[in-house]
Amino acid sequence: MTNQKESNAIIEIEDLDFYYNQTKALKNVSLDINKNEVFAFIGPSGCGKTTLLRVLNRMNDLIPKTRVVGKVQIEGHDIYDPNVDVVQLRKSVGTVFQKPNPFPISIFDNVAYGPKAHGIKNKKELMEIVEESLRQAALWDEVKDRLNDSATGLSGGQQQRLCIARVMAVKPEIILMDEPTSALDPIATLKVEELINELKQNYTVVIVTHNMEQAARVSDKTALFLNGSIIETNETNQLFTNPKEQETEDYITGKFG
Amino acid sequence: MVEVKPNHLIKVKRNQVFAFTMLSLAAALTVLILLAIVIYVMSQGLSVISMEFLLDSPKSMGAEGGIYPAIVGTIYLVGLVILIAAPIGVGTAIYLNEYMPDGRFKSVLRFATELLAAIPSIVHGMFGFLFFVIALGDYTGGWSILSGALTGVVMILPIIIRASEEALRSVSNNLKEGSLALGTTRWYTIKKIVLPLAIPGITTSIILAIGRVIGETAAFLLTLGGSLLLATTVFDGARTLALHLYLVAMETGNTEMAFGTGAVLIVLILIINLAATGLFKLLVRRFSA
Ligand SMILES: Nc1ncnc2c1ncn2[C@@H]1O[C@H](COP(=O)(O)OP(=O)(O)OP(=O)(O)O)[C@@H](O)[C@H]1O
Ligand SMILES: [Mg+2]
Repeated sequence: MTNQKESNAIIEIEDLDFYYNQTKALKNVSLDINKNEVFAFIGPSGCGKTTLLRVLNRMNDLIPKTRVVGKVQIEGHDIYDPNVDVVQLRKSVGTVFQKPNPFPISIFDNVAYGPKAHGIKNKKELMEIVEESLRQAALWDEVKDRLNDSATGLSGGQQQRLCIARVMAVKPEIILMDEPTSALDPIATLKVEELINELKQNYTVVIVTHNMEQAARVSDKTALFLNGSIIETNETNQLFTNPKEQETEDYITGKFG
Repeated sequence: MVEVKPNHLIKVKRNQVFAFTMLSLAAALTVLILLAIVIYVMSQGLSVISMEFLLDSPKSMGAEGGIYPAIVGTIYLVGLVILIAAPIGVGTAIYLNEYMPDGRFKSVLRFATELLAAIPSIVHGMFGFLFFVIALGDYTGGWSILSGALTGVVMILPIIIRASEEALRSVSNNLKEGSLALGTTRWYTIKKIVLPLAIPGITTSIILAIGRVIGETAAFLLTLGGSLLLATTVFDGARTLALHLYLVAMETGNTEMAFGTGAVLIVLILIINLAATGLFKLLVRRFSA
């Protein structure tokens, strides 16, 4: 019984519960995210946005005593199946973190880090990947003359775009972004937002943001989280202009959060 | 109320000046005492130091002749100890910090390491004597460089493990997650991100350990055998410079020869420290390039 709409989903989450120790951080979450879509998670602090994002590439595996109940499928495969290769999963589901975290090595080596780890040794090939990724991340022109300088010398916004380039160099299918602009100034934020608009040609992007204008600017669909549950999911402009739930309206009109 | 504030500030300022003065005096005093000791030992020992002193074997229990076997013994012993202890210690620290889940067993292990570090060296010597020299004598050659080195390993492992763990722990979780999230294995992340950043701390721990081995007498008195002959294999007995100094001073009463040995010991420590620091800088440069 798969209809056209469902087969389009690259991420399918069904009745997901998530626990930190005994604490239930996600309750009965179900969500479909389509290919080449920018999907935003919004909601007040502590409602589980980061937790769900980290479920999608199993980064929560690194936190002891966490537990997943329910089903998460990416491209039709259950990612919590015991046979899943987590390293492969993380290759196809990349992450941009809230705080830019460039490695304390050169700009070039940062971008080449993933490809090198995955066995690409050829210098020319690496150079091509690095240039392409930096161009995609709209950083190439700013750094092309100092690829061998340390990445930690870049500005915050440049560092974040470098982290985006680093993810793209691995050629993932899906890019997860956890408040990618919260540490950036307005101009750097604008650059990253423009970038996200470009990205959806080739990637599926899931973005967490506290900023509703940002969600409105970059995303196709939005889900509102409250206390570990999804209150409403809809086309972004629908959700903001014509919310179905009272809680959504309260949140977007600033009554809480 | 308004007048209180400037007074208060002046007082804070005065306290700061006072504290600063005291601290710099303390620092100056430390350096002075250190310098005094080094100069004293050097001046007392310099008269006996010559090419023959460095390259000859001792005669009459060290009251005459040179200290060549003790120099060789020291280098052999330190080399062997580090060769065994560094990989085990750093490996253990990596395992504890990066792989082992938190829990009771880990706490017990950490506690045991702390305890081991606090054991007086003569007790290590006693253990080394009973275990490596006597019980395993057929394999270690009894009193030998090997027995001494194994005892030294037990003695310094806690230092290396603790300091290395500290260094590994200081690597930010953001960087580790950043690497893992790119689809790299744990080991790759350790090799490329964690270890390079921890290398300075690890190197420091190894330098500390070397210092401990060079300066140690009690543990080696009971395990090296104190042979005056030039050691050729690790199964031979030997003595280190520190041990030689102690034995010459105690057995022959020849303080000139003892001070000469002390002077050489100080220079050797200086050289090893400089070499280790150089090596550390080289490692850092290589890894961060
Ligand atoms: N490592 C952890 N251990 C235990 N509880 C955690 C952990 N990380 C998050 N939580 C809890 O899970 C809940 C959801 O946290 P999460 O970080 O997903 O929220 P969020 O929506 O991303 O919030 P924010 O907007 O502040 O980033 C919170 O109650 C939080 O306290
Ligand atoms: Mg969050």
